[in-house]
Amino acid sequence: MSEKENLMKGIDERSPWRDITAGGFVYGSGNSEYFNTGDWRTRTPVWKPEHCRQCLLCFPVCPDSSIPVSEGKRGDFDFGHCKGCAICAKVCPFGAIDIVAGTESAEKGGEEA
Amino acid sequence: MTRKDRMSGNQAAAEAIRQINPDVIAAFPITPSTEIPQYVSSFKADGLIDTEFIAVESEHSAMSACIGASAAGVRAMTATSSAGMALMYEMLYVAASDRLPIVLAAVNRALTGPININADHSDSMGARDAGLIQLYSENAQEAYDNLLMANRIAENPDVMLPIMVCQDGFITSHGIENIIIEDDAKVKDFIGEYRPEKYLLNPSESLAVGPYSVSPYVIEMKRAAHEAMKNARQAVADVSADFARVFGREYGFFEEYRMDDAEYAVLVMSSAAGTCKDAVDELRAAGIKAGLVKLRMFRPFPADELADALKGLKALAIMDRSDGFSGTGAPLNAEVRAALYGKADVKTAGYIYGLGGRDIKVDDFKDIFGELADLAAGKELPYCRYIGVRE
Amino acid sequence: MIEIRWHGRGGQGAKTAALLLADVGFSAGLFVQGFPEYGPERMGAPITAYNRLSKDEIRVHSNIYEPDMVVVVDETLLKTVDVAAGLKTGGKVLVNSSRDPAEVLAGFGALNGEVYAIDAVDIAVRTIGKPMPNSPLLSAAIRLSGIMGKDEAIAAMQGAFTEKFASKPEVVGGNMKAVSEAWSAVLKIN
Repeated sequence: MSEKENLMKGIDERSPWRDITAGGFVYGSGNSEYFNTGDWRTRTPVWKPEHCRQCLLCFPVCPDSSIPVSEGKRGDFDFGHCKGCAICAKVCPFGAIDIVAGTESAEKGGEEA
Repeated sequence: MTRKDRMSGNQAAAEAIRQINPDVIAAFPITPSTEIPQYVSSFKADGLIDTEFIAVESEHSAMSACIGASAAGVRAMTATSSAGMALMYEMLYVAASDRLPIVLAAVNRALTGPININADHSDSMGARDAGLIQLYSENAQEAYDNLLMANRIAENPDVMLPIMVCQDGFITSHGIENIIIEDDAKVKDFIGEYRPEKYLLNPSESLAVGPYSVSPYVIEMKRAAHEAMKNARQAVADVSADFARVFGREYGFFEEYRMDDAEYAVLVMSSAAGTCKDAVDELRAAGIKAGLVKLRMFRPFPADELADALKGLKALAIMDRSDGFSGTGAPLNAEVRAALYGKADVKTAGYIYGLGGRDIKVDDFKDIFGELADLAAGKELPYCRYIGVRE
Repeated sequence: MIEIRWHGRGGQGAKTAALLLADVGFSAGLFVQGFPEYGPERMGAPITAYNRLSKDEIRVHSNIYEPDMVVVVDETLLKTVDVAAGLKTGGKVLVNSSRDPAEVLAGFGALNGEVYAIDAVDIAVRTIGKPMPNSPLLSAAIRLSGIMGKDEAIAAMQGAFTEKFASKPEVVGGNMKAVSEAWSAVLKIN
């Protein structure tokens, strides 16, 4: 997804204590990108581009930055990180986001991540 | 230029801070350490230091500000006592966990209550498990010297832990004594620059400090801090050796006074050690083989070295200036006994003394040595008991 | 080693006098201690302050129980405080008093030491312009301690005052007159 280096690569819940950073410092920024939360989802937003007017009200309210915006237009959800909170669907004035039960797009997100 | 001077322990601490010229001081006044930030703010006003002085609204904030400053990548110091230190406790643990080499000039005072402003060690003993290195000072000279060494010990890359330099409230903090103040440039050279490997204000590397840690990480972080505290032993030894080389005054983990052939010894920290030295000299003149071990470094605890120094004694008195309320013995007593266990078969008697500034005299120490002779001769003594208390 | 105990009341400057005596002793090349017994700040409450002066390093950090000399800044303390407690045989007690020697002596029981008196308030009022007995008492105490001669003592006190009153140098002159006069005014009364 990003080309920057993951400075925390290799440090995880199996790391021995000598490999944990001093003070638990987290090196680098935007590290949440490397942490896949898409599989926490129990319901899934479905974006309907035909109803979307690109008003972008959904983008700032997403708590997980899972609505990618490029050149002023949103694209499909980042299912690698979307937790299915459905706030986007709540704010959408045009009914362009449906919420469906299940995690059906999780696999797709997983592939992307 | 090196100069002979006379000053109080608080002035001595302030002189050390002036020479260290830390980037940030954040402090809140509390008796008897108030004078330290007071002097330092005068130095700042007079242009003698370029420290950023942050007058915070509490000690909790003082340590918080030090944590922020230290994480940002600079030298941060503070001073406190008693209830102020207690208000700092939460942030002391954070400073240690974040592995920030903050230097705290502590002036030991009884922890309320009952409300009292005089010396005892209940405040720093309450912080003994926080993860700070702790050095204790007998007099103004030692408070000054220990502070000059503190930054380098704490900033050692294998250590990176906060450090507390303690002296006794009023007894040394407010008493005028002779002192040698070293040359500014020589001190600056000794202390050197602080160059942290990782710091928040590094424009080329971003960093998050103090993140929430889920359980799969906490024990690993504590284990790393445990190792850092073990490493602090070498750092204290190395910096002390370098200090002796540069300034000529020698410091170990503890001072052994007339211990070579001693049969009876007292183990004590801070100002009372000086008083005990006079008692040892008087007893030696009377043919009694008395000695003193003055513990300088309480954290990390030099258990093996102490066991080695104390083995062969007929009896040892372990003196605590705080209770600890285990109902059995006080903190220093417990740790020394643990150090001796299985390594040195020495009879010990624990004493709790000097709470809330209660004076301890040369004669009190002579009485204790008398009791040690009884103990060695087979008399039973309590594991730990109060002295200087009205019965 | 000379051990001196000061008895005064909160606010009278016994502590300041003890710290100044430490300064003076230091300037004479001695090892010194000057420290008050601290408690809550209570104007008028009896307080003690202490000095040790020695050619050798001073290590003891207790209060002084067997002084070589006692200085009584406020003679009303004689009624309530056993100021001579523990005084060494042949020790000295210096009392700030304007009263008759016999009246001052009546404040003591049997003593194995010498009692000296000085009207430090009178000297202070005439020289400094205020009833602040510290400086004359300091001078008298130095004389009785025998740690230095008059010229050296005057010079040392000048140095100590100049440093202490750096922010109000105008008061140094009066204080110097006070200490000079006090040096000769102290009298043995027993």
